Amino acid sequence: MNVINLFRIAWKALVRNKLRAFLTMLGIIIGVASVITMVAIGEGSKQSIRDQLSGMGSNMINIRPSSNVTVGGGARLGASSLQTLKVEDVDAIKEKVNFITAVSPGLQASGQVINGALNWPTTIQGVSPDYLPVIREWKIKDGLNFTEEDVRTMAKVCVIGQTIVDNIFTNGQNPIGQTIRFGKIPLKVIGVLAEKGENTFGQDQDDIIIAPYTTVQKRILAVPYVQTIYASAVNEQSSDTATQEITAVLRKQHKLKGSDEDDFSIRTQAELISTISSTSELLTVLLAAIAGISLVVGGIGIMNIMYVSVTERTKEIGLRMSIGARGIDILLQFLVEAILISITGGIIGVALGIGAAELVNVFMQWPILISESSIILSFMVCAVTGVFFGYYPAQKAARLDPIEALRYE
Amino acid sequence: MANAILDIQHLKREFKMGSETVRALRGVSFNVQPGEFVTIMGSSGSGKTTLLNILGCLDKPTDGDYLLDGVNVKNLSRNELARLRNRKIGFVFQSYNLLARTSALENVELPLLYNSGITLHERKEKAMKALEAVKLADRMDHLPNQLSGGQQQRVAIARALVNEPVMILADEATGNLDTRTSYEIMSLMQELNREQGKTIVFVTHEPDIAAFSSRTVTLKDGHVVKDSKNENVKSAKEALDSLPVNDDY
Repeated sequence: MNVINLFRIAWKALVRNKLRAFLTMLGIIIGVASVITMVAIGEGSKQSIRDQLSGMGSNMINIRPSSNVTVGGGARLGASSLQTLKVEDVDAIKEKVNFITAVSPGLQASGQVINGALNWPTTIQGVSPDYLPVIREWKIKDGLNFTEEDVRTMAKVCVIGQTIVDNIFTNGQNPIGQTIRFGKIPLKVIGVLAEKGENTFGQDQDDIIIAPYTTVQKRILAVPYVQTIYASAVNEQSSDTATQEITAVLRKQHKLKGSDEDDFSIRTQAELISTISSTSELLTVLLAAIAGISLVVGGIGIMNIMYVSVTERTKEIGLRMSIGARGIDILLQFLVEAILISITGGIIGVALGIGAAELVNVFMQWPILISESSIILSFMVCAVTGVFFGYYPAQKAARLDPIEALRYE
Repeated sequence: MANAILDIQHLKREFKMGSETVRALRGVSFNVQPGEFVTIMGSSGSGKTTLLNILGCLDKPTDGDYLLDGVNVKNLSRNELARLRNRKIGFVFQSYNLLARTSALENVELPLLYNSGITLHERKEKAMKALEAVKLADRMDHLPNQLSGGQQQRVAIARALVNEPVMILADEATGNLDTRTSYEIMSLMQELNREQGKTIVFVTHEPDIAAFSSRTVTLKDGHVVKDSKNENVKSAKEALDSLPVNDDY
């Protein structure tokens, strides 16, 4: 018997019993729909957690100088006194490392910031324009970020944190366009950072001034080196690869021989990354378990109905056999019926699940993310369920003796 | 004879019922030539159902040979038997055995679905032709529950014809029908036999039905006790005409 006939026979048998076919499908429909909806909600919250964590810098890679040389009686020098990282290193990393989205030099200076009669002790951070939007994913609330042009011209511009605004612009004055002084250097405020609050160590992240690194390097610190290099990995998983690439590039830049120790150290947010991945894994496992249970329940429903159906249709099976259906034809008919039920149920379930997830998103404002993998997976599980739970009833049907089956009332 | 449709020799069939052996057929021999209309008669327990199952390739004899259109059934597997039923035999049952909620046309198409050599177009065409042959061309979209008993049995006959079998095997095909409808069915059988040369083997226990056939084989206790040509074949059409006109109620 050819495949088209097989599907036609099974389809007709289902259409002949629309209500029963639908009720059987219901288990699968509910199973698949709940899986799709839950995975969408789970993935949505996972994504929003991940976004928040990346905002904390989970992709961030810090490169600092480290001492591979000892002076005098073997005392090693502290990192701050080392001057091994150069702007050229930044350019080399930018050019040769694949797994990073952005790289920026970093130079810090402390001092008093002054606006008219008010002043406040703070830190100025010199970075490239990519630092805020890409590496820190830090939004500017008002105004603009500085540009490459500002870097090139050592422009006297800055973006300030909310704490600075609160302390030196007390009278409700709009800081944008105002000129403040950091030590002796006048800087024009072109942007205000969105509030970030305290970090995990209780440090106020908003107490900062961000300026082009050239401005800080040349005008404020007047040094030829950079203190830190910040980079941002493409994603959490590629942090390690990026680290390896950066190591190779910097060793080459610094002309280190094979036996030399690195004269820099690279730090990633390894702990943060492992927290994220373990959370996501736990969520995925939980959802997979729910998916499994609901589909097994649906599958048992199919098996139950198929068994009833085989008994109820014994006479039909006998007739089909008497007019030339082989055991395998009967087996395949019932198997295809089971698969059609589960796949049709799967399709309806996917549609229903997506709809429910969208409703949750619209009415409850929960973030959702409908992933193709969850759709494909639950769909495949459906087909497998159909085969697995349809096989035994189908086999029972195929093994019937045509004489007995024909006589069955 | 070599070109017999049915050739059975010393057919035996035994069933084991616990420790006892029931010998349903104890050595039956006869053959059926193309174009014959044979009735197999016998009271219950005579072995006619067992014989019918073997003739229909639903069962195999314990001993003896059964050649259907030259093929010895003894050596065939279950699947080969199914194929033989599909290609060479047209069954007509006492209780019609039509698929419920399935149109007459689709019921007739059913055997062709198990024949992969037949295209969709051929299938429809053959089914329509078979329905025409039983004069139900105008009812092909009707469901079984919209048809009378006689009409349902005619759909079943069309289903038996559709594969162009070498033999129509009817099992008490008039058993569920009243006299008038029975005669209608027998008239149709005679027509198929006479005009289209169909070989028909008709199992019945009613002598007046047997009178419409050209030959009657009578079974008793697993033996053939009588095998006679019917010299004076009754015409079912005439019998039908001679019935008193039914009151419409």
